[in-house]
Amino acid sequence: MSRIDFSYFPGCSQTGSAEEFGLSTEAVCAALGIDLEELPDWSCCGASSAHMTNDLLSIALPGRDLALAKKIGKDLLVVCAACYSRMKVAQNRILSDEALAAEVEAAVGMDPRFTGRIRHLLDVVANDIGMRDIKKWLRADLAGLKAVPYYGCLLVRPPEVCCCDSVENPTDLDRFLKGLGVEVRPWSFKTDCCGGSLSLSRTDIVENLVNRLYVQAEHAGANCIVTACPMCAANLEMRQQPGKFTFTVVHRMPVLYFTELLGLAMGLDAQSWFKSHLISPLPLLKQLDLVN
Amino acid sequence: MINTVNRELEKALEQRTGQKVRDCYQCKKCSAGCPIAFAMDLVPHEVMKMVQYGQERRLMRSSTIWLCASCETCTTRCPNEIDIAAVMDGLRQMALEAGESLGEPEVGMFHKSFLGGIKYTGKTNEPILIGAYKTLSRRLFDDLGLGAVMLARRKIKILPRVVKDRAGMRRIFDRTEGGPK
Ligand code: SF4
Ligand code: SF4
Repeated sequence: MSRIDFSYFPGCSQTGSAEEFGLSTEAVCAALGIDLEELPDWSCCGASSAHMTNDLLSIALPGRDLALAKKIGKDLLVVCAACYSRMKVAQNRILSDEALAAEVEAAVGMDPRFTGRIRHLLDVVANDIGMRDIKKWLRADLAGLKAVPYYGCLLVRPPEVCCCDSVENPTDLDRFLKGLGVEVRPWSFKTDCCGGSLSLSRTDIVENLVNRLYVQAEHAGANCIVTACPMCAANLEMRQQPGKFTFTVVHRMPVLYFTELLGLAMGLDAQSWFKSHLISPLPLLKQLDLVN
Repeated sequence: MINTVNRELEKALEQRTGQKVRDCYQCKKCSAGCPIAFAMDLVPHEVMKMVQYGQERRLMRSSTIWLCASCETCTTRCPNEIDIAAVMDGLRQMALEAGESLGEPEVGMFHKSFLGGIKYTGKTNEPILIGAYKTLSRRLFDDLGLGAVMLARRKIKILPRVVKDRAGMRRIFDRTEGGPK
């Protein structure tokens, strides 16, 4: 298969608190022959805080990155569900509203009218390469893993940015996991919200939502939750440590990024990624003989 | 009488967000699917009704506009294609611009800390974000144990990541009126 070529927006979490997501993304892309050209001197997309408080800023921040992508001229790959959503929303608004585009251009000092496609890696793997063709790269069978696919909000909503096959009942991540030999457990919470940016300010609300997700994942018979969003992963993992601000009900079910499982199935060196998790997946993976 | 209802708020929101709140016919689908409804003082369909009635003060001070997590479930399901999450964004922005006392001050402080970090470094650095938020909210000693675990698992990087084009970042913030007040 010919090589696939993208410009790449890593995003803050993937170079910080969700480093394992960034490292596993780069490793699986290299192994699959997906070339990534990192946007030079990229900056934060502004995440929820920008669009919640200042509309123009929320377009100008990703607008700066879109301007960088325009200079390179390739389609843009994004792996964080939140960055992906902000980039797509900004692109739609910039290309459909010339007055706004001009304001953004004045703010960023570059032309933000990027007309290439913005792609999420899950979509590229599950649909462009396809799970049948992925098989030829796989070295390990992930049998024993029972996962609930957790899409969260930003891969699927709003419908204009959705990179999956359905807004209410997406199946891309399900198909992806099945293709790796993972048993996918049915549950009705695949697109429920984790509480997002209320993480630090209204931890009580996040606890309520996260607790329900774990209870339902356990009820579905899963032994892990798989996601493509560093914010979901952080909210799920963060308060499961014993300590003063732990959630009242502690769950120890590991939360994995889809890229980590792909890397593991491809026989890549995945150990160091797993060590960065707040809830270590290593006991489960060792028990299933998936790592030594 | 219906023609005495103050429509200014609805018009202002339409101008800001492009959303026609008058189209809402109170089917309550938005509230039924809202994951945060249990914690809100006004559930989404009530917010829509109050916008139609021009109840500006009540809305500006509500906690709902700060608790909405922008999950867009409501937006996706509204039979009248109202982007309710965008209406929430608009109300929140109006409350900030009007200098209202915020219904959920700590959520406001979080956003301020988040954007302040981007303004000066161009990227989101977790230690700066958490430090700024703790200072603003005076919740200094929350989560110290969690901080230690995050450091050990490389979740927190000591050295901040900074863009080279810092002047460019500042220009974006200056041109967009510096973010929230
Ligand atoms: S879903 Fe739409 S029409 Fe129904 S109550 Fe909510 S805003 Fe109104
Ligand atoms: S976007 Fe806000 S109001 Fe709408 S369902 Fe989500 S949390 Fe509720």
